[in-house]
Amino acid sequence: MSTATWLAADPRRLDVDQLIGDPATRVIVCCGSGGVGKTTTAAALAVRAADLGRTTVVLTIDPARRLAQSLGLSNLDNTPREVEDVGRSGGGRLDAMMLDMKRTFDEIVLAHAEPSRAQQILANPFYQSLSSSFAGTQEYMAMEKLGQLVEEDRWDLIVVDTPPSRSALDFLDAPKRLGSFLDGRLIRMLTAPARKSGSAFGRVVTSGFGLVNGILSRILGKSLLGDIQTFVAALDTMFGGFRERAERTYRRLAAPGTAFLVVATPEPDALREAAYFVERLDEEEMPLAGLVLNRVAHSGYVDVSAGRAAAAAEALQAQPRQGLTAALLELHAERMQAVVHDRRMRDRFVSAHPEVPVAEIPARPVDVRDIAALRDLAAAIAG
Amino acid sequence: MAPVRARLHVVSGKGGTGKTTVAAALAIALATKGHRTLLCEVEGRQGIAQLFDVPPLSYKERKIAIAPGRGEVFGLAMDAEEALLEYLDLFYKLGRAGRTLDRIGAIDFATTVAPGMRDVLLTGKAYEATRRRDKKRQYVYDAVVLDAPPTGRISRFLNVNTEVAGLARMGPIHRHAVSITRFLKSPSTAVHLVTLLEEMPVQEAADAHAELTANGLHVGAVLVNKVREALLPAKEIKQATAGKLDRKTIAAGLTAAGLEPVDAFVGALLLEASDHAQRIALEQAERKALVEFGRPIFELPLLTDGVDLGGLYALAGHLGGVADAV
Repeated sequence: MSTATWLAADPRRLDVDQLIGDPATRVIVCCGSGGVGKTTTAAALAVRAADLGRTTVVLTIDPARRLAQSLGLSNLDNTPREVEDVGRSGGGRLDAMMLDMKRTFDEIVLAHAEPSRAQQILANPFYQSLSSSFAGTQEYMAMEKLGQLVEEDRWDLIVVDTPPSRSALDFLDAPKRLGSFLDGRLIRMLTAPARKSGSAFGRVVTSGFGLVNGILSRILGKSLLGDIQTFVAALDTMFGGFRERAERTYRRLAAPGTAFLVVATPEPDALREAAYFVERLDEEEMPLAGLVLNRVAHSGYVDVSAGRAAAAAEALQAQPRQGLTAALLELHAERMQAVVHDRRMRDRFVSAHPEVPVAEIPARPVDVRDIAALRDLAAAIAG
Repeated sequence: MAPVRARLHVVSGKGGTGKTTVAAALAIALATKGHRTLLCEVEGRQGIAQLFDVPPLSYKERKIAIAPGRGEVFGLAMDAEEALLEYLDLFYKLGRAGRTLDRIGAIDFATTVAPGMRDVLLTGKAYEATRRRDKKRQYVYDAVVLDAPPTGRISRFLNVNTEVAGLARMGPIHRHAVSITRFLKSPSTAVHLVTLLEEMPVQEAADAHAELTANGLHVGAVLVNKVREALLPAKEIKQATAGKLDRKTIAAGLTAAGLEPVDAFVGALLLEASDHAQRIALEQAERKALVEFGRPIFELPLLTDGVDLGGLYALAGHLGGVADAV
């Protein structure tokens, strides 16, 4: 297999050690579609950064059980905990935490509403569903938690993976979505009855209020609409601060010091999503550090192609006592087919995005299950 | 009375397991012998259109494929906003008033800002499509296949109407949420779990199985995707694991095949054999874990050339038994 087979030039190499070792890098966000190894990559990079001497915290959103165990995260308590045996020798340190969406929300309520109001909100059934059972809350809370970690200023480097949402950038859109709601007319309609009539606010909305209220109560029923209005009014005083923090975090993400890593596997769907992220980050002027291509097939001997190995295997099958070599050649043919496939996938991405640096992680036969494996993985990413 | 057969097939799995491909193959399998199925996606990725090589799907149901024996597969890209407007129109005849809600941002709020509302609307649409009847009171679709959110979010997705029914203690929303919940928790709905023979996808499938069952939802079949055949006989697998395959035999074999038996090549073959052996051992362990679910298991072969339309029909051929098994 000669190098002339390939269409695209080699991509720019992503220098991971330079990235995580640079004191100017303060936040690394790993994004990508589901199942590509975002959380594992985030954890591996955090372990390596700590070993390089940095005081690091990794915020994982939804880690697989074994990965969580390998980081010592068997109990979920929404607080960073030190991971033992990482980083100490080089003066670094690693803390790890798992996002607890409900707890994060509760803490905001407790911190930003007066005690009696806070208890009232926490006991509200709408609040309980919103904070624990509804999809979409996670994006808001991930943003909130990241903001808190940044503000605590206890770490040189924060590594975070993104929620497994419909699109991993839902996370970025969360502050804007909340803002559009808070600036919109709906919230005024919902909170209007709780405000004193005669305020400037009240007068503006009165004209359309009756109509909309009528429609809403027809759809929702009077009692549900009433409950919703009570709930929105109770939260009203907190919305502003919530949005302000989300926007501050958003600005922090766009500022120097943040690096986005897009994680993908060499499969069409994952790379399509990766390309989408790359383009979106560019539009939002968010700093993209590069692409981490996970589970790339490799072979120790690429000079015998899939075609040659398969033909040789076929020839050997006709001969006595050559079953073993024939089977190994079939395996090699399969492997080389995967190598070519993955390379083609990578080249396709690189042709369209030549400016994006790439780091590859070779495929391994078994999953990561301890710190040693995370270290190996990080070493592979660093190349 | 014959047992109730599932009519709504919800397909979930960890990201990267090939959920959309398996859902598509299942829609073809359920359409064979003259049936009509509807294949729906909920995440706006247009994965179905790409698989079937047809123009992007919209909220209008459209025929996208045929199945053996004059079967038909229709496709639908669900959209929360369209579902909400349709709902308002259907139940409240809100033509212009719907637009008033849009103007004040209520539609946008319900479909993108408010957590949970999207799931309410999408499950509501699946419920509507599955129960829709024509003028002769026959079901429009014999089965509906939902390419659903991944396992990490599936219980939350299917359970959202239970929450809503609890919040809206009475009134139209309460009644609607209660009927959807009842339907999703009846034997008419089956949740199939797609997995690979790998540790994390199997663990997630196990977690989802436990969570779904605890929520009163019915897990249908376990669909194992991308299954590879073992290329080495059991004895060689053992030797490969122990690093005891004979280099000389292999080198001689390479020479016999007209290949140069250089050390680097032999070494690479041994490493590849060892990877393969580890992988086979892992797959056996994962298969055992899947059996513990006590659900029917269907295995789908790995399509080495990637998934195309021909491959989809080949996979569908492996799923013929799903309808009878759940």
